[in-house]
Order: sequence, then C-alpha cells, then structure tokens
Amino acid sequence: MSEAIQDKYFVPEAAKWPLVGSISLTILFCGFASYLNGSLLGPTMMVIGFILFVIMLFGWFGQVVNESEAGTYRKWEDMSFRMGMCWFIFSEVMFFAAFFGALYYAREFSVPWLLGDGDGLPTHNLLWPGYTEVWPTNGPDDLGGSDYHMGWWPLPFINTVILLTSGLTVTWAHHAIKVDNRKQFVYGLFLTVLLGFIFVFLQGYEYVYAYDQGMKLSSGIYGSTFFMLTGFHGLHVTLGAIILLVMLVRAMLGHFSGHRHFAFEAAAWYWHFVDVVWLGLFIFVYIL
Amino acid sequence: MNTLHRTKSGLFGLLAYMTTSSTWADWELNLTQGVTDISRDVYDMHMFVLWICVWIGVVVFGAMTYSMIKHRKSKGSVPAKFSHSTLAEVIWTVIPFGILVTMAVPAANTLVRMEDTSDSEVTVKITGHQWKWEYEYLDSGVRIISSLDPDSRQAAALNSGIDPNTVDNYLLEVDNPLVLPVDKKIRFVLTASDVLHAWWVPEFAIKKDAIPGFINDMWTKIDEEGIYRGQCAELCGRDHGFMPIVVHATSESEYEDWIQAQLASAEAEAQSADREWVMDELMERGEGVYGTYCVACHQPNGQGIEGVFPSLVGTDMVLNDLDGHIDVILNGVEGTSMQAFSTTLNDADIAAVVTYERNAWGNDTGDVVQPATIKDMRVQ
Amino acid sequence: MNAYSVDHSHDDLHDHGPPPGLMRWVTTTNHKDIGTLYLWFSLIMFFIGGFMALIIRTELFQPGLQIVDPHFFNQMTTMHALVMIFGVVMPAFVGLANWMLPMMVGAPDMALPRMNNWSFWILPFGFAMMLSTLFMEGGGPASGWTIYPPLVLQTGDALPFLIFSIHILGVSSIMGAINIVATIMNMRAPGMTYMKMPLFVWTWFITAYLLIAVMPVLAGAVTMLLTDKFFGTSFFDAAGGGDPVMFQHIFWFFGHPEVYILILPAFGIVSEIIPTFSRKKLFGYSSMVYATASIAFLSFIVWAHHMFTVGMPLAGEIFFMFTTMLIAVPTGVKVFNWVSTMWRGAMTFETPMLFAIGFVIMFTIGGFSGLMLAMTPIDFQYHDTYFVVAHFHYVLVPGAIFAIIAAVYYWLPKWTGNMYDEKLGKAHFWLSTIFVNILFFPMHFVGLAGMPRRIPDYAVQFTDFNQIATIGAFGFGFAQILLLVVAIKCIRGGAKATNEVWEGAHGLEWSVASPAPYHTFSPQPVVK
Ligand code: HEA
Ligand code: HEA
Ligand code: HEC
Ligand code: CUA
Ligand SMILES: [Cu+2]
Repeated sequence: MSEAIQDKYFVPEAAKWPLVGSISLTILFCGFASYLNGSLLGPTMMVIGFILFVIMLFGWFGQVVNESEAGTYRKWEDMSFRMGMCWFIFSEVMFFAAFFGALYYAREFSVPWLLGDGDGLPTHNLLWPGYTEVWPTNGPDDLGGSDYHMGWWPLPFINTVILLTSGLTVTWAHHAIKVDNRKQFVYGLFLTVLLGFIFVFLQGYEYVYAYDQGMKLSSGIYGSTFFMLTGFHGLHVTLGAIILLVMLVRAMLGHFSGHRHFAFEAAAWYWHFVDVVWLGLFIFVYIL
Repeated sequence: MNTLHRTKSGLFGLLAYMTTSSTWADWELNLTQGVTDISRDVYDMHMFVLWICVWIGVVVFGAMTYSMIKHRKSKGSVPAKFSHSTLAEVIWTVIPFGILVTMAVPAANTLVRMEDTSDSEVTVKITGHQWKWEYEYLDSGVRIISSLDPDSRQAAALNSGIDPNTVDNYLLEVDNPLVLPVDKKIRFVLTASDVLHAWWVPEFAIKKDAIPGFINDMWTKIDEEGIYRGQCAELCGRDHGFMPIVVHATSESEYEDWIQAQLASAEAEAQSADREWVMDELMERGEGVYGTYCVACHQPNGQGIEGVFPSLVGTDMVLNDLDGHIDVILNGVEGTSMQAFSTTLNDADIAAVVTYERNAWGNDTGDVVQPATIKDMRVQ
Repeated sequence: MNAYSVDHSHDDLHDHGPPPGLMRWVTTTNHKDIGTLYLWFSLIMFFIGGFMALIIRTELFQPGLQIVDPHFFNQMTTMHALVMIFGVVMPAFVGLANWMLPMMVGAPDMALPRMNNWSFWILPFGFAMMLSTLFMEGGGPASGWTIYPPLVLQTGDALPFLIFSIHILGVSSIMGAINIVATIMNMRAPGMTYMKMPLFVWTWFITAYLLIAVMPVLAGAVTMLLTDKFFGTSFFDAAGGGDPVMFQHIFWFFGHPEVYILILPAFGIVSEIIPTFSRKKLFGYSSMVYATASIAFLSFIVWAHHMFTVGMPLAGEIFFMFTTMLIAVPTGVKVFNWVSTMWRGAMTFETPMLFAIGFVIMFTIGGFSGLMLAMTPIDFQYHDTYFVVAHFHYVLVPGAIFAIIAAVYYWLPKWTGNMYDEKLGKAHFWLSTIFVNILFFPMHFVGLAGMPRRIPDYAVQFTDFNQIATIGAFGFGFAQILLLVVAIKCIRGGAKATNEVWEGAHGLEWSVASPAPYHTFSPQPVVK
C-alpha cells in the first residue's frame, strides 16, 4: 500500500524522439507541398524529411524495444499500450469510413442526381443532356476517357484468398508464441509477411492492368474512389507487412515470450484490420 | 461626428427594442415579414420559437437569479442535502420534449409546402458566376446578366473616398434587375458555373445554394409589386459581398411588355454580330463588357490584384498573343477563378472586350478584332 | 489492491524535480509540464486569433472598405476561425485534461507519456505551417474555415500547406485523445469506479471518443481535396460524377461533433465549479453522465443542419431538423441540473463561479439561437447571416472560452500554490461579460435584418449595430489582457494557497499539496 506509485508505472524521464518526429514530419509535408506547387526544392525536402522520419521510428521504437526487453513494462503499462493500439486502429477505421462514405454517396446520390433523379429536378435535362451511364461511371464529361469496370474475378478474388490466409497464418503464429514454440512462430510470421507482399505485388499488377485499360485515378468518380480506396488499403497492407517483417526479425533475434509479446499482437491486430477493410473493399468496390 | 451620431442612435435602437414591441416590425432589428405567403408563415414561426425561448429563458434565468440572491453564504444560507430527484428529472425531460413537438409539427408542414415546386407558371434559371447572376427565362428564352451597380462598385473600392451613405442602395443595387410578375407561382432552377453561390431574397423567405454541375429548385409567389433586394449568401470568393440581387415585381402586363422588349433587343443584337465593326464601336462596347464581367477581378485599371488576379497591362499575352488571349476568354483557365466566357458572352461581346483590352490602359496595340474571328475560333 | 511483483532499478529517479533548462520543456514527459505548455500555447494563439478578429471588426466598423482588401478579409475570417478552434479551444481543453485528469483519477501520470509529448510538440509545427500560408503567393486560404470546394481549390500556393497542417493537427488531436482514453480507462486509482469519476473526467472521456471518431474523417475529407486539386480525382466535381455537396456532408460529419468537442469539456468544468461554490453536491450526477453521452451520440446524426440550403431531399431535411432539435433535451437536463445544484446551496461568488454562472446563462442563450437555427424553414432565412455568427460566438466565447477561463481561475492556485488576485479576477469577469454582450448580441439583429456573413463591406442600414459590435470587440479583447496579468502575478507570488483551496471543494486533486508536486501521488491513493 505504501509503495510509491512511480514504481508501479513506468513514466519515462525525457523524450527526445517526438521532437525529431515533429521536425521530420514538417519537413516531409512542407517538401511535398512545395513539390505540388512546382518548387524544385520539394523532392529534396521530402527525402530529407522521410529519412529523418525513419530515423525517428528506429530511435523511438528501438528505445521502446530495449525497455521492453529489459522488463521495464509490466501488466499495467501493457494495458495502456493495448488501449493505445485499439483506439488507433479505430481511428484508422474512421479514416477509411470517409472514403467508403464517399463511394456510397457518389453511387446513391450524386450519380443518380446527375442522371435526373431526386425531386424530379431537371439536372439531367438542363446541364448534362445525353448522360446515361450508371455505375461505374467516369461522369458526364467522360473524364479520363475510360470507366473500365474492375471485376472481382480473378485477381481480386485471389487477393482475398491470400489476405484471408495470411490472417490465418498470423493467428497460427500467435498460438505458437503463446506456448513458446518459436519455430512455428517464425514460420507463421514468415508466411504472413510473404503473403502480404504477394498481395501488394498482385495489387500493383492490377493497377498496371487498369491503366492499360485506360482506367486511371483521373477517370471520374469511379477511378477516384477505386484507386483511393484500394490505394490507401494497399498502403496500409504494405505498412502492416513491414511491421510484421520487423516482428519477424525480432522473433528471430529471440525477442518475445509466451506471456510477453504485445508488439507482435499489436501488429497482428493491425493485420486483421487491413484484412477486414479488404473484405469491405471486395464487397463494395469489386462485387457490388 | 456622423459616426458618433450613428452610435448613439444604435444604442437608442437597442433600448427601444427592449422596451417596446412595436419596433419588432422595424426590419433593421428583426426578420422581415416579407411579401409571400411562405415568408409570413416563416416570420410567424420565427416569432413563435423566439417567444418560447424567451419564456424558457425567463423561467431558467429567473430561478437562477432568485437562487443567487437568496441562497448565498453571506445571507447565512445552509446548503441543502438533496442531490437528485427522479421526478424533477423526468419532468424536465418530458416538458421540453413536448415543447419541441409543438415546434416541430408546424415547421415540418411549412417545409413540405416550401419544397413543392409543382404547377409553376414561370420558370427562371439562375446561374451564379463569380461575381454576378445570370437569369434565363426558360419559357421565353430571355437572358440577362445582373451585376453590382457601378456607383456602388466605385464607392466600395479600398479607400475610394466616397461615403457609402451618399450612394443609393449601396451594395444592394444592380445594373439589370430580375423582373418577375406578381401573383404567379414562379419556379427558380439554380446552378453555378464556378463555385458555390446562394440566391436569397429575404422578403420571399427563400434561399438555396447554386451548385456547379447540379440543379436545385425553389419557388415563390409574390403578393405585392415592388423592388426586393437580397444578396449572395454563400462565400464565393473575393467579391462575395458584392453580388447583390434585385427583383422588380411588376404586374403581369408590365412583365409581358418587358419580356417582349428584351426579345426585340436580343434580336437586334444577333443581327449586329455578322457585320464588320469599327474600332470606336468595339472600344465603347468593350468598355461596357469589361465593366460588367471582368472588372471585379482585373480591376478598372486593368492591373488586377497582385498575387490573385493577373494584370492585363503590357503583358505578353495581351500585346502579342491574340489567339491565346481569345482562347483564355472563351475557355477560361482550369483550376483558377478565370472562367470560360464562351456561353455567357456572344461573339460581339468577346470581340469588343478583346479589342478593348488590347487598346486600353496604354496597351495601344491597335488590334481590331471582329466578331467573325471569334465565331471562327469557337468552331475550332 | 493489486500489487505487481516488481523489481526496480530506478529507485533513485523518484521525486526528482524536472531537469533544468529549456530542454526540460522540449523533452518533458510530465503531464503537468505538458499541460502548462498546452495552456500557454493556447493563450498565445488566442491573442493571435483575437488580433485577426480585431482586423475583421475594424474593417466592419463602417460601410465601405477602409483597411483591407476583401481577399485578405476572407483570409482573416478563415484563419481566425481555424486558429480559435484548433489552436485555442482544443489545446486549452487538452491542456486542462493533462493537468487535471491524472490528479482527478489518482494516476501517476498520463498513460502514454512520450506520445503525450509528441501530441503537444507537433502542434506548434502544424500552426507554423498553417500561419505561414498568409505570406505565400496568392495569400492564405480564404474560403472560410469550412473550406468548401470548389472555392477552396482556387487557393494559391497555400492549399497543400493548409491541407497538410490540418493533417498534422489531426494527428496531434488523435494522439491526445487516445492518451486520454487510455488514461481514464487504465490509470484510475483503486476504487475510482466509472460512476465515481468527476464530471470533468467523464466529459473528457466522451469528448476523446468524439475526437478519435471524427478527426480521421476530416483528414479523409482534406485528402480528397488534395487529390482533386493535384491528382485529377473528381470527388467534388460534377463533370466526373462527384458532387461539391459531398464534401459538405463529410466535413460536417466531422464538423458537428467537433462543436461538441468544443463544449463538452466546458460542461465538465462547470459541473466541477458550481457544486464547489454552492457547497453542495452536483445535482443529478448520473443524469449528467447520460445527458453527455446522449449529446455525443446525437451529434453524429445531425450534421446536415449546416446544409439545409444545399437542396437535400425533403425527408433528409425533416430528419436532420428533428434530430437536431432533440439535442435541446439532454442539454436542457444539464442546464436544469446546474440550476438545481445552485438551488438552496450556500453560494459564494469567487471569480471561477462568476465565469461559470456567466457560462450557464450565455451558453443557454446561444443554445436557444441554435434551436431556432435547427428549424429548417426558418433556417432558410438565418443561414449564412450574422444570426449564425451570433449563435456560435455565444456558445463559443461566453461558452467554451468562459469555461476555460473559469477553469484557469479555479485550478490556478493548485498549479502555482498561490492565490490569484481576486479583485483583478472579478474585474476581468465583469469587463468580459459586459463587452462580450456588446460584441455579439447586436449580431443577432444585423443577422435577422439580412446581413450575410463573410462579407467585408455591407449596406448602410447595418452600420449602427456593426459599430456597437466593434466597440465591444475591442473592449472584450483588451479585457483579456487582464487574464495574462492575473496569471503572471499568480505565478510570481501571492497569498499561499491551502491544499483544499476552496471551502467546498471535493476530489483527489484537492487532497494533494498546492502547488501539486511534480509527481503527484506517492503512495497511490485509494478511493472509498
Ligand atoms: C460550442 C459550439 C456549439 C454548440 C454547443 C452548438 C449548439 C447547437 N447548435 Fe450550433 N453551431 C456552432 C457551434 C455550436 N453549436 C458553430 C461553430 C456553427 C457555425 C459553423 C459555420 O457555419 O461556420 C453552428 C451552426 C449551427 C447551425 C447551422 C446554422 C446555419 O449555418 O444555417 C445549426 C442549425 O441547426 C445549429 C444548431 C445548434 C443546436 C440545436 C445546438 C444545441 O446543442 C443547443 C442546445 C441548447 C439549448 C437549447 C439551451 C439549453 C436548453 C434548455 C434550457 C432546455 C429547454 C429548451 C427548449 C426546449 C427550447 N448550430
Ligand atoms: C472558439 C472560437 C472563436 C472565438 C473565441 C472567437 C472570438 C471572436 N470572434 Fe470569431 N469566429 C469563429 C470562432 C471564434 N471566434 C468561427 C468558427 C468563425 C466562422 C469563420 C468562417 O466564417 O469561416 C468566426 C467568425 C467571426 C466573425 C465573422 C467573420 C465573417 O463572417 O466575415 C467575426 C466578426 O465579427 C468574429 C469576431 C470575433 C471576435 C471579435 C472575437 C473575440 O472574442 C476575440 C477576442 C480576443 C482578442 C481580441 C484577443 C485579445 C488580445 C489583445 C487585445 C491583444 C492585441 C494583440 C496585439 C495587438 C498583438 N468571428
Ligand atoms: C472571377 C475572377 C475573374 C473574372 C471575372 C475574369 N477573370 Fe480573367 N483571369 C482571372 C484569373 C485568376 C486569371 C489568371 C489565370 C491563371 O492563373 O493563368 C485570369 C487571366 C486572364 C487572362 C490571361 C492573362 C495572362 O496574361 O495570362 C486574360 C486575357 C483575362 N483573364 C481576361 C479576362 C476577361 C476579358 C474577362 C471578362 C470577360 C475576365 N478575364 C474576367 C480571373 C478573372
Ligand atoms: Cu456569390 Cu457569394
Ligand atoms: Cu452543428
């Protein structure tokens, strides 16, 4: 009872990495913005910012990993990390929700309205006579020249199978580490990472194919929603795969144990999250 | 001095407002009752809700004030022990809910009426542009452009030195008002060419956004002849505050006459496009077109506004590149506020304004551009 | 009590004061330090945002254009709002949360101290980026804080900087909110059950969820703006099958919960202060909690009341009208509970109490005008006029800002160990209250009389009330200098504060010394 509270919860003393994080993000973003404005300095700044950012990640997470391996964190801290990760994933879900919302709105409202629906308004007659396309559409002005429809067969379906399988392998790895079976743990992780990168590769292949068909990011609202949704998802898969790769390396270095492997679990949660988002994409973008 | 006087009268107005209810009618303080069935309905509802709020306020603030006077420590008040009462809480959930229902039902009814645009007798298409209104009478094909009155524009320039109080209807006057018949159900269909605008005349109690690429609609039926003024009510860029709306509501026969006159002048206009024009004619007309369509951005002296609107004085395009110049005006510049004028302006207008720009403000190229040239450019 | 078996090699670290020097502030992970940083940041931004407001008001003193170009005026309107919302009210609330939540729930610190540092330190960078746009080619953003396309796409070089700075501010808010949620869920002292938490903790708990739910949506919306402008997408372009109104839906799905983010913690603050100075328990504690939760829930299904004039289908308009009106019920419950708390109490009127009472009255006035705006047919008249401006300033300035000021006065003795100057505090209150009404009340009138918002110049019949408002603005603005004076005086010295500070105060934060020690609790408190 009389135990000092500071001994029960680890409050780090001073943190220098957040500052590096702020500086790097600012350089990165300012560089990107300048690049978009046509400044020649932009790309250089982006590279510098990005490198700094990666250094920050290594530094910060490195410190955390060291502390973790040194046994600094106990159950109480662990719970904070878990909550942090949960709610972070929730915020990511809401980010995707904005784009799913855009897809929903475009299909249910804006395109039908452009076609003359809704309150019998004469949008169609007065502004866009001759526009008849229903979904998929690149809009009354035929933007980008093509609205080739990306069907769900075969590539997206294969990708679905791949991602779902990787969900299984990561769970397998989880079960393995719980009973301290490092070999299976490493195998499971390895397979997951591999499947993840195969997914990303196939997704890239699909993009090339789409561009060959003339279906681009600028192909009206269909191209916009298709590429933004799948693009952000792909980005998250890549990120998730990289995180899992780090876990794999750590696993091979002998990190984690049956009762202490939160970092891995967080990565696994993240992986399940990109999985679920993909299912949403598969249904709402490809099938429907 | 003037300012001081106004401040005083303002404070006095505030006082008058608080003491008498007759000032409610004064439309400097309160919503206008307007000149349509709907607007009176809206006004009544506004007053109804306002009074409800005032009364709830009286009760709530009254209780607070009483408590603050009576239940203070310095008066020896001893804190009571109660900290909840289910009954009280149910009461003050249910009663406000009931009040809300009495407000919501008539509101929904009025809303249903407002949204019913069927059986209209006149249809006007309103297009918002940066920063003027275009009106097209869909039944007769008459089309007018309505922008801020030059007197107001002059006075509204930064440090113009002109006292706005000396300008009639400062900022609420236009060159070409919209003419509408009374006692007819008029349907407006709205859209915009560049950014969002909103068309609003308080006396009709209608306001709706004009959205590029989409059509919105609303209706009104004006009871009294008169001049009604409104303003653009959606931020649309630099001159959002300078695109007023003026409606002349006239008898039906006056309205018909006006339409006929418009049709006749449009006819004359169409004829003139095919003939050869001389410099002076073009310059005069060009000045007019410039003053209506271009001045808001490129400014009376053609210098634009640094960093926002480019100058047209002595630039490479204006001095040397005729095709480019015409092209910019016909097709606009994507992603900027320089819009395409190919539908808003006819061949003669464009020829005139190009000629004007190439010869005004010391540009002096001597170029004379004929409407026929514009016609050719359009075909390409 | 749950004791973990621990070995600790860092015994010698406790009860350290902070390391000296500037780097202390840059690298700190202490919730009190970070709270202080947030609060100072917010005060500075308040002066910047207020300075912009004064430019607006000066231009509006007379009809005609006297001091700024309309384009610059629009930049001021936009920046004023962005600074006030993202740079003042939100950071101030997060600062208060940082200072008080761990103390109120009996925690050693925030749950994720390093991330806490980052949540704060990324803010100045984000704002430096945002404010720097004012000096760019084409000026800063001038499309209102609602950044509606297509207008916002006409912004010059500022556009991508604006968008990325919003991303950065979003990252900051989300990290801050996650930290708060984790702290409240995980760090409470033994015995501190959810229904024993002080209301400030409860309201922040719910606010944090709102933040986590809606900030990413804003990030998504501005990302779409970015790609529409630079990468050829057509989310908001009818020619490609998109719709400018779609942006408004996404924006307000963020924007409406956002306005409750700006008020719920204020409700919490007032619910702390009124019981203290009434020397009586808060009336209806649990109904306060449920009311807050209901408001938060409803806030997700009312967003389109900002867009009644965009031409939604009738059914949509009616739905959003009804749900919006419903919010009056739980908010009313709160107001009535505050009044009942005062009822038959033994009140004294120190500065925090004065600001809290001012809050209740003037927030309610703002709430009433909100209710009027909620009624669709009449909103067609009010929308985009100064009546709206009057509404939201009533809920934001004598609402959110007053609550923040009340909180500062309330907890200042706990932070500094010294009592503030009560005379100056009272003067601050009365000047603020008088001038804030002179400033914003006349806006109701010009709004009803037909003056649109976001205009740099107006028809002459609106002159009188605009002049009154401008006078009020300067009065209110300069009265705020008193806040700075009081704060500095109090930090420098003054009568020593007791642990309890206020006679009627209850709660863990009053059980520790004033000023609160750098590491608050040792040993961990237990709530019975
Ligand atoms: C702190 C911020 C805050 C808060 C708390 C509120 C609270 C409310 N707001 Fe406000 N609002 C804004 C900030 C806020 N608003 C902002 C910033 C804008 C403008 C954005 C922009 O366009 O730039 C805006 C705009 C805005 C509009 C859009 C207006 C328009 O553009 O046309 C509407 C419309 O419905 C609205 C409604 C409401 C309602 C119904 C409430 C309710 O929550 C109020 C509830 C409170 C009460 C009703 C008072 C207390 C209750 C009682 C005493 C009980 C009994 C009462 C009755 C039964 C009547 N607000
Ligand atoms: C929390 C939010 C918040 C706060 C606190 C305020 C505070 C104030 N606001 Fe603001 N306001 C908004 C949020 C807020 N506002 C929003 C969201 C909009 C809508 C924007 C849009 O349309 O997009 C808006 C718009 C808005 C307008 C309408 C602009 C327009 O439509 O064109 C006006 C006009 O009067 C205004 C005025 C003021 C004033 C006078 C204050 C005062 O309370 C400010 C008082 C503070 C000070 C004055 C600072 C004190 C400091 C000093 C006096 C020192 C001076 C410093 C130096 C000389 C360096 N605000
Ligand atoms: C709403 C504002 C606006 C209006 C009205 C407007 N312009 Fe422009 N104009 C612009 C902007 C902004 C540009 C700069 C486009 C760019 O970035 O290239 C421009 C560019 C031009 C240019 C090209 C200048 C150059 O050297 O590149 C010409 C010529 C021009 N406008 C003529 C006109 C004429 C003629 C009219 C009226 C019929 C007109 N503009 C009305 C905003 C406007
Ligand atoms: Cu057009 Cu505002
Ligand atoms: Cu709202």
